[in-house]
Amino acid sequence: MKRSMVTIDGNEAAARVAYQLSEVVAIYPITPSSPMGEWADEWAAARRTNLWGTVPTVVEMQSEGGAAGALHGALQCGALGTTFTASQGLLLMIPNMYKIAGELTPVVIHVAARSLAVQALSIFGDHSDVMATRQTGFAMLASCSVQEAQDLALVAHAATLEARVPFLHFFDGFRTSHEVDKIEALEPEDVRALLPDALVHQHRARALSPDRPFVRGTAQNPDVYFQGREASNSAYLACPGIVERVMDRFAAQVGRRYHLFDYHGAPNAERVVVLMGSGVGAAEEAVDALVAKGEKVGVLTVRLYRPFAADRLLAALPATVRALAVLDRTKEPGAGGEPLYLDVVAALAEDADGGAPRFARLPRVIGGRYGLSSKEFTPAMVKAVLDELAAKAPKRHFTVGITDDVTHTSLACDPAFTTEDKDTVRALFYGLGADGTVGANKNSIKIIGEGTPLWAQGFFVYDSKKSGSVTVSHLRFGPRPIRSTYLVSRATFVACHQFSFLERLDVLEAAEPGATFLLNAPHGPDQVWDHLPRAVQRQIIEKKLRFHVIDAIKVAEQAGLGRRINSVMQTCFFALSGVLPREEAITAIKDAIKKTYGRRGEQVVQMNFTAVDNTLEALHEVRVPAQAAGTIDRRPPVPAGAPDFVQRVTAEIIAGRGDLLPVSAFPLDGTYPSGTARWERRNIALEIPVWDEAICIQCGKCVLECPHAVIRAKVVEPARLEGAPSTFKSAPARWREFKDRRYMLQVSPEDCTGCGICVEACPVKNKTAVKLKAINMRPQEPLRDAEQANWDFFLALPDPDRAALSLGAVKDVQLLCPLFEFSGACAGCGETPYLKLLSQLFGDRTVVANATGCSSIYGGNLPTTPWTANADGRGPAWSNSLFEDNAEFGLGMRLALDQARAQARALLARLRDTLGNELVDGLLGADQATETGIAAQRARVAILTTRLKGVPGVEAAALLTGADALVDKLVWIVGGDGWAYDIGYGGLDHVLASGRNVNILVLDTEVYSNTGGQASKATPRGAVAKFAAGGRPAAKKDLGAMAMAYGNVYVAAVAMGADDAQTVKAFLEAAAHDGPSLIIAYSHCIAHGYDLVHGLDQQKAAVKSGYWPLYRYDPARAQGAMQLDAKAPSLPLTDFTNNETRYRMLVHADPAAAAKLAAEAQGDVDRRWKRYEHLAELGADAADTAGTAGATGAAGSAKEEGAP
Amino acid sequence: MTDLSTTYLGRRLKNPLVVSPSPLCQDIGRIREMEDAGAAAVVLHSLFEEQISVESALLDRHLSGGVDSFPEALTYFPDLHEYNLGPDAYLEHVRKAKAAVGIPIIASLNGVSTGGWIRYAQLIEEAGADALELNIYYVPTDPAKSGAEVEEQYVHLVEDVRAHVRIPLAVKVGHHFTAFAHLARRLKAAGADALVLFNRFYQPDLDIETLEVVPTLTLSNSYEMLLRLTWVAILYRKLDVDLAITGGVHTSKDALKAMMAGANVAMLTSALLKRGIGYLGEVRSGMIDWMEAHEYESIAQMRGSMSQAQVANPSAYERGNYLRVLSSYALT
Repeated sequence: MKRSMVTIDGNEAAARVAYQLSEVVAIYPITPSSPMGEWADEWAAARRTNLWGTVPTVVEMQSEGGAAGALHGALQCGALGTTFTASQGLLLMIPNMYKIAGELTPVVIHVAARSLAVQALSIFGDHSDVMATRQTGFAMLASCSVQEAQDLALVAHAATLEARVPFLHFFDGFRTSHEVDKIEALEPEDVRALLPDALVHQHRARALSPDRPFVRGTAQNPDVYFQGREASNSAYLACPGIVERVMDRFAAQVGRRYHLFDYHGAPNAERVVVLMGSGVGAAEEAVDALVAKGEKVGVLTVRLYRPFAADRLLAALPATVRALAVLDRTKEPGAGGEPLYLDVVAALAEDADGGAPRFARLPRVIGGRYGLSSKEFTPAMVKAVLDELAAKAPKRHFTVGITDDVTHTSLACDPAFTTEDKDTVRALFYGLGADGTVGANKNSIKIIGEGTPLWAQGFFVYDSKKSGSVTVSHLRFGPRPIRSTYLVSRATFVACHQFSFLERLDVLEAAEPGATFLLNAPHGPDQVWDHLPRAVQRQIIEKKLRFHVIDAIKVAEQAGLGRRINSVMQTCFFALSGVLPREEAITAIKDAIKKTYGRRGEQVVQMNFTAVDNTLEALHEVRVPAQAAGTIDRRPPVPAGAPDFVQRVTAEIIAGRGDLLPVSAFPLDGTYPSGTARWERRNIALEIPVWDEAICIQCGKCVLECPHAVIRAKVVEPARLEGAPSTFKSAPARWREFKDRRYMLQVSPEDCTGCGICVEACPVKNKTAVKLKAINMRPQEPLRDAEQANWDFFLALPDPDRAALSLGAVKDVQLLCPLFEFSGACAGCGETPYLKLLSQLFGDRTVVANATGCSSIYGGNLPTTPWTANADGRGPAWSNSLFEDNAEFGLGMRLALDQARAQARALLARLRDTLGNELVDGLLGADQATETGIAAQRARVAILTTRLKGVPGVEAAALLTGADALVDKLVWIVGGDGWAYDIGYGGLDHVLASGRNVNILVLDTEVYSNTGGQASKATPRGAVAKFAAGGRPAAKKDLGAMAMAYGNVYVAAVAMGADDAQTVKAFLEAAAHDGPSLIIAYSHCIAHGYDLVHGLDQQKAAVKSGYWPLYRYDPARAQGAMQLDAKAPSLPLTDFTNNETRYRMLVHADPAAAAKLAAEAQGDVDRRWKRYEHLAELGADAADTAGTAGATGAAGSAKEEGAP
Repeated sequence: MTDLSTTYLGRRLKNPLVVSPSPLCQDIGRIREMEDAGAAAVVLHSLFEEQISVESALLDRHLSGGVDSFPEALTYFPDLHEYNLGPDAYLEHVRKAKAAVGIPIIASLNGVSTGGWIRYAQLIEEAGADALELNIYYVPTDPAKSGAEVEEQYVHLVEDVRAHVRIPLAVKVGHHFTAFAHLARRLKAAGADALVLFNRFYQPDLDIETLEVVPTLTLSNSYEMLLRLTWVAILYRKLDVDLAITGGVHTSKDALKAMMAGANVAMLTSALLKRGIGYLGEVRSGMIDWMEAHEYESIAQMRGSMSQAQVANPSAYERGNYLRVLSSYALT
């Protein structure tokens, strides 16, 4: 049978099979497995059928726990099902996995294996998650490559039906799930051949049915549970044999042969590494290279890890083996060894103790950890392991791939050892997220993979920033299949798509001598050399690189593509690499453009064609001088003057040298200093705002709305400005209170993202040219150095006394020092202004519990954090636990703080005689509702601390430790809608009901933004999102109304862009409310599909149309709890929605459905407005009417219990 | 019996009342109502090439925004299999309108590129439109561009489209030309079967509170027709081309004036937006009543009867009118 060759990634490879063999697909997004669910959802939306001719039902659940539960139910009723997950998601499935396995129910869960959140979250790949399920009773089948992800997916689905043992099929997150490879695709006939209908019928016959009733899921007592548990043993004993037979059938049908354990290497090997997953590719390359040199080495690949077939493992090893190194891609602290190691040790020990041992002498076994969180695993590391096996006294437990200078577990590697195929083109492309580099490379792989006999591989590395992110594409093309499951470190082609990278990244480090270097630069071939950093010049000369330059941005802009240079650079690659003849390549590129953009309209296709056609004449070879005489140096990753930790650790991570940091550089417990984002000057703005002090009215709106805290205001005495840089601007302060002082608005040029939101927020228009405002965007480069000096001068100026400011006024809020700054959020992010405001108002006394999501990534993803401290050293203390538990996590913080406060107060009372009545009464009776009150209490605590130092006794010591608890602390529980509306809603609801004094801020982007825009229950009716490709059919959940129902919860709906004063008021009221408060903050988002510079206008439209009615529901308000802060809707809903791609794409794709949903959505808006209006009109009785007596009572009593 | 029939774009029409483009024409049900109310033909809303291009570019930009930048979110939207971004929806509308009514359906096109004009004109012809109105709306803002160059552009455009489609072509233009009669002759020579006078010039307003330029759209009134009336009267019989008046036709008397000036058809939009589609019937019966009262037998009889060629004082359409108006001001 002729099968097609396709270039796809591991997720798609597995999902294709799973979709064909499923009827119910229960999904929930989690990186890196989300694309599998997205594929399933898209195929179902396109009415693609499964093997039995029906369209599978794809259902998004509220969590992975929910997905597992729904899957369990579907299986019990006879459906064939699947789900896709990873990491914490898999952990949430464990309870159901036990049930499904205990009931011997066939199913396959496909896992893109990922690290677990431990000392830190990591989205990258290892086996920590799957290893945490090895005890559930699921069979575990590991794929090592994209081809295997497809093939073994089928083996798993076929085997589970026969064995009845459920299967977990896994492959390595990112390395396999996101690696694009050329593979042979299975045809439907292949799938059908592997899956006898009889097994499907047997599965259906075991289903729950009232026509043949039985019970399953009983409770059992000590008399029988144990025996019942043992009853399934026979299924597990039979399972390996079944998998073997399925693998044999697969080989007969398809030709590729797999075994439970596959050995590769010298037939007389003495040293063998044992491992599973993507590392096998690197291991096989290393082994082949060493065998070619005469070494007796090999590698054993574990495919079926559970049930663990020890006999097959031993049989697969050559009898000559003397030493084994078992590699685990996981860590079990405190264990005698990692799981695979222990399994192998046990297998050998049991075999040695048996009648006919496989080995004459029990081989030595050592175990090592490698590749955690997608840490590179290279042939050089495999060689290091094999070398260690040859040592006289090898490390019994080792690590490889890192430098462990603390407990000295690590093995040294030889960086010169390489197994790269000399006939393989190895290319590296450095791009910006926004420039389309990765997309172009994915296209190139398709062109080469599917259009030529060459093999192709692509792997893409991203940083963790959501704006100005750097992408590095690693591509290989060659005449032989590519097994190199590691990054390109010896490139024959290097392309730098952004000129500014040369200043901060060593892009030529991996270039091989004689390689081609392609640079996108704003300079011509005769000028570019002088603009290169000296180090780059030296590399070009020393490595004898062929150097080409193109002004790709000019070509792209002339074609109407703006700064998307993908088609231009792709054309250059083909022209220079010679992988295809030029003409053929250009035709192929154009075909790919048609395929990629055709559905988006002829215009887009034509623009890209124009770019391609104009590329070659703009591409020039640069004559390389003999000497590197440049005057430009690379900038250091952080400025001099950064703290020690930042210099030693943070700077190395920023510079891309994090892999080289030794274990000793890191804290033991995942604790990192705040305030590090200020040292990571990313310099990504092309334009920055420039202040026109002559017309500025000093309203502070720009400062409030800036998502990145890069535009700031201060008011100081004129004398303070002495010595200011010559370009430093100020104006007379327009405050009655600060009559004779100077006001200044200053931008940090290297932290600004250039989003332009500040300019949009500015209400002033220049009277002589209305296009100008009081701040205007201007090119950054010419301003950079002067403004940096101005910024440094500005930062050194004092902040005003908080007590002198009116915190309820936006104008005054601008003068509060932000304690959340320079995050890596998207340029123009709609969430971060709220966090910044929170930090300004309460940051010096706040503990933040942050749900996993965008805010935890831009808030806490290394290398730096935007959370920082003020001049007194106080600032938000921030922590992220998980996605699902954040409300509970925050509640726990509240309980601890309350307990500490109660303890301190009790101790105070007991030490009254020693400390004096005045101080104790002052501390116990302090009014901390105002900034003045807080400052006074802090002063008292300072006195207390001084006095206590001289007081002996246990109680005094305890009070000294806990005195800070006497200053009131706020707990802010922060997260997105995925957390608050879906996965964390149960906890959120419970915390609201607890009556405890916590503040909950929901940054509502109306989708799972962080994982790529999947629908949540906050997604509005009619909006297209992943998992809602046809437009979400249901109305957005009214979280506010649900919280109001408790009667004692403060609830506010805010949209800062529509009404900043209302937002500030809501934050202050929420914090002041002595009980739970909930702020639902409208947050425009890149996933809404429009230029975020218009985010504020869209927020206004959201409010004006009634889509987002602003309100504050304050149970304590005498004149009625519900206060509507917006006027009745005066804009048709579609005037708001049609500005956003999430709605418009449905208008294009399915106008009738869009019109129907739009009409229904308008009805939702009208009805909700009437409800709210009614609630507001109810006046003083509103709270009682809205609340339920039971809930109010319960909440009230909980609160009383909690009162210290 | 009064004969209201006329000819336009090579077809005999039952009366001279044609519905000109408006949002009303986007709904097939409304087009049926127009036929029922007595419309002799309908000009559909325009297919705007620029809108298609802009929608295409915007959708691409926004679907591409943030793509392949962040490892957890390599895309932000599902990939829908069809976006209907080309002219397909418009062409489908032409087909549906043709199938829904028996009266001629005239499509309308507003292009920005030569290629676009030709491509979309051909597609419209293939979709079955009875005729095509080229809706040329162009504000020349470049001081380096002369009137002659602009006129040349118009003429080439009509020639290009004429060379590629067979259905009758009407050309709708504005009136800002130094020598409109000359241009009209050239347009005719380039292949225009009818001239539609005139496109309205949409003048934005200034909001002095918000300091913003705001688009305005006011419905026409009968006064606006006078400019059209003048030019139709001037061109009638001077050129062998059909003439249509659009802009300001509100009453049966307006329609009659249009006929007497020499128009083949009178087009209505604002009147229908204001008073409903059924108002067409009133206009039609009003025409009959007037014609009966004044003993006119047919439109053919009155057509052009008050054109410049047929009035006693042709200068009334030229400087004479100007002098008279000025002197009347002087007297008051």
